[in-house]
Amino acid sequence: MKSLKSTMIDVLIIGAGVVGASIARELSRYKLSIAVLEKEEEPAFGVSKSNSGIIHPGTQNPAGSLKGRLCLEGNTLIRRISGELGLDFKEVGELIVAFTEDEIQRLLTIKSEAETLGVPELKMVDKAWLRANEPNLNPEVIAALYAPGAGVISPYRLVYALCENALKNGVKFYTQTRVENIIFTNPGFEIQTLKGVFKARYVINAAGLYADEISAMVGVNDFRIRPRKGQEFILDKKKENLTNHLIFPLPSKVSKGILVIKTADGNPMIGPSAEEVEDKEDSSTTEEGLKKVFEGAKKLVPSISQDDIIAYFSGLRPAAALAIGSQTTALWPAGDDFIIRYEDKAPGFINVAGIQSPGLTAAPAIAKMVCGILEEKGLGLEKKEDFICEREKPIHLFNIPLSETEELIKKNASYGDIVCRCEMVSAKEVEDAISAGARTMDGIKFRTRAQSGRCHGSFCTTRLMKILSEETKTPLTAITKRGKGSEIVKGERTID
Amino acid sequence: MIERDLVIVGAGPAGMAAAISAYESGVRDILLLERDQYLGGILNQCIHTGFGLSYFKKNLTGPEYAHRFIEKIQAIDNIEVRLKSFAVKLTKEKELTFIKPGELKEIKAKALIMATGARERTREMIHIPGDRPSGIFSAGLAQKLINIEGLLPGEEVVIVGSGDIGLIMARRFILEGAKVKAVIEIQKQSRGLARNVVQCLEDFKIPFYLSHKVARIYGKKRVEKVDVVEVDEDLKAIQGSDFSLECDTILISAGLISENELLESAGIKAGNISIPGLFVCGNAYKIYDLADSVSRDALLAGKQAAEYLKGLG
Repeated sequence: MKSLKSTMIDVLIIGAGVVGASIARELSRYKLSIAVLEKEEEPAFGVSKSNSGIIHPGTQNPAGSLKGRLCLEGNTLIRRISGELGLDFKEVGELIVAFTEDEIQRLLTIKSEAETLGVPELKMVDKAWLRANEPNLNPEVIAALYAPGAGVISPYRLVYALCENALKNGVKFYTQTRVENIIFTNPGFEIQTLKGVFKARYVINAAGLYADEISAMVGVNDFRIRPRKGQEFILDKKKENLTNHLIFPLPSKVSKGILVIKTADGNPMIGPSAEEVEDKEDSSTTEEGLKKVFEGAKKLVPSISQDDIIAYFSGLRPAAALAIGSQTTALWPAGDDFIIRYEDKAPGFINVAGIQSPGLTAAPAIAKMVCGILEEKGLGLEKKEDFICEREKPIHLFNIPLSETEELIKKNASYGDIVCRCEMVSAKEVEDAISAGARTMDGIKFRTRAQSGRCHGSFCTTRLMKILSEETKTPLTAITKRGKGSEIVKGERTID
Repeated sequence: MIERDLVIVGAGPAGMAAAISAYESGVRDILLLERDQYLGGILNQCIHTGFGLSYFKKNLTGPEYAHRFIEKIQAIDNIEVRLKSFAVKLTKEKELTFIKPGELKEIKAKALIMATGARERTREMIHIPGDRPSGIFSAGLAQKLINIEGLLPGEEVVIVGSGDIGLIMARRFILEGAKVKAVIEIQKQSRGLARNVVQCLEDFKIPFYLSHKVARIYGKKRVEKVDVVEVDEDLKAIQGSDFSLECDTILISAGLISENELLESAGIKAGNISIPGLFVCGNAYKIYDLADSVSRDALLAGKQAAEYLKGLG
């Protein structure tokens, strides 16, 4: 295998999800050589793509947990990052609802635990408050815990923004670069991939569902990733005002329950389910999943109709289960924490594993924590004077007023060339997405929303394929949904 | 804001017929907006015959049928056609905003005809569980890929639903050298026209499963197979009746839905329009079986808009 990088990289990050991207961006403030390896065709194509986009306030975390602390810190950091990177963070607030007196008692426990952690501005609200502020909520709800600091963000656009900014600050990204093996060269590591060998002083394992397998490569195998599937169902944008807040039931032992979610783009979402699965690539939805999610959501907001569902997906939470002795437990009880640690067995290797909910919220805080570990373990962090902190806000016609659209069209005619009619996405936005790195139809969808509306791409697929083909000089027959093997068409028509 | 006598949104079979009939009924200022780059709408991708049998007493293809209207429209100076023009906003006062490359325009329509057509039901709407790989198309998208773009969406096809576009596409795929494994219809009878069942399925010996549904889709990257199961009177799966079909492509042909989002955004219900001078026609009003019937009824919309304008004096 030829050496792609004969020089030693300072820090090599495995995985370009929200965790890897956050770490890459944070480290790019310093005079370091950094590389990110991603097995998929684009960043955010793993766990992050199916995140709900909730920025949690810090409630529902076990007392004294690492994730509780990082969630709280992340909730603050993400606001600044959104501003710097031109993202839309909406502080919508959340309500955890109670149907009985017993449940109110449980809410009070959650409240006091969260207050101990430091979650600000929590308050109990009564029926009258709920009727006034959340009219579609089930009238049987008698009280709720209100956390105004909860918000929503687009999970994939967060990842893309972090990656774009990191790239601008010198981080190198290698997509379709699956790690095959890691050799501890003491000091440093040799990372073998199908695209060649990388050498790095420090390796950060942010491989999501595959973090256990990556960790095992350096001899650290005391945890397993146990995927926990969540099915989610997206409702039509017409229902944007179905609720004014994120609506949570009381949490169960394994998850926060089935929620009614507001999203950064307007479409409400219901879900997720929580199911243990074996297959790390299982993104299937099931009839039972729909039934369960739908029943759960209807309990919170009875007016939700199955006809409002325009899309569904499922994602896997990379929950970690720690081995006890030589035995791996079937599953650790709920509340299993993040695993973020320097591995003394393989000095220079840092595991960032088991980053399930509230991982998206915690990611910026995780990044800071990892920087701290690196510094403590001898990596010099010298600030760059020329660090570019800001990223220009990408334009999305769907969330600006028509008067602004008019100005944009005057400056660039392509903003008036509407490609996706359901979500009002222009050719210019698609071209911008491609120049920012989109290489697949899903990549365009995640960045622009084209194909994610009610017609599900029936009308815009051909136009998008053509733009992608022209901009990337790729034949139409090689355009894929999400990487090799997922080509949209089988070939050209045979012309007799 | 510029005021126009009659504005028509959509230039498919409905919008074109409405424009012509409004002109013939005396309207002399007509603006016809079309979001695509040519007139005719979906007719352009319907290269099969069967159009015009009642309207023109001739068996035409979709593009031929459209062409007869396009020629007429182009000959009428009083119909101003604007292509690549996408209506983005409507008010109850019939103020319409549309955008096109390089321009955003607001106009006020004295009379307005919405002929915005329909979209297809998606896999998501009929809730087929399973994986979400590439290779799942609405029948209309597959039709566009083959007939307009010259691409072959798949080689081994299962068609879900027996809507007319699905039936037409079953034959189309066979003619392109692909295999059509089956057409699966959950209802007891075909949704599509009898003539299409005969000419597109029976003539090509394509298996047609009535009272069956696709229970699950498999495939991580590309569609690999589907599970099919028979259903009872209540459309519930009959235990033990399931079987699998290997395929690389699934077409969804489960009916159309009127596209009335613009009306809805203005707080207007398409089925119950009480705004004077506002009309809805074609598939935006109700789903038709034949383009001929769309054109026939759209003539009425054009005529009524003309009468309304006359009434204004």
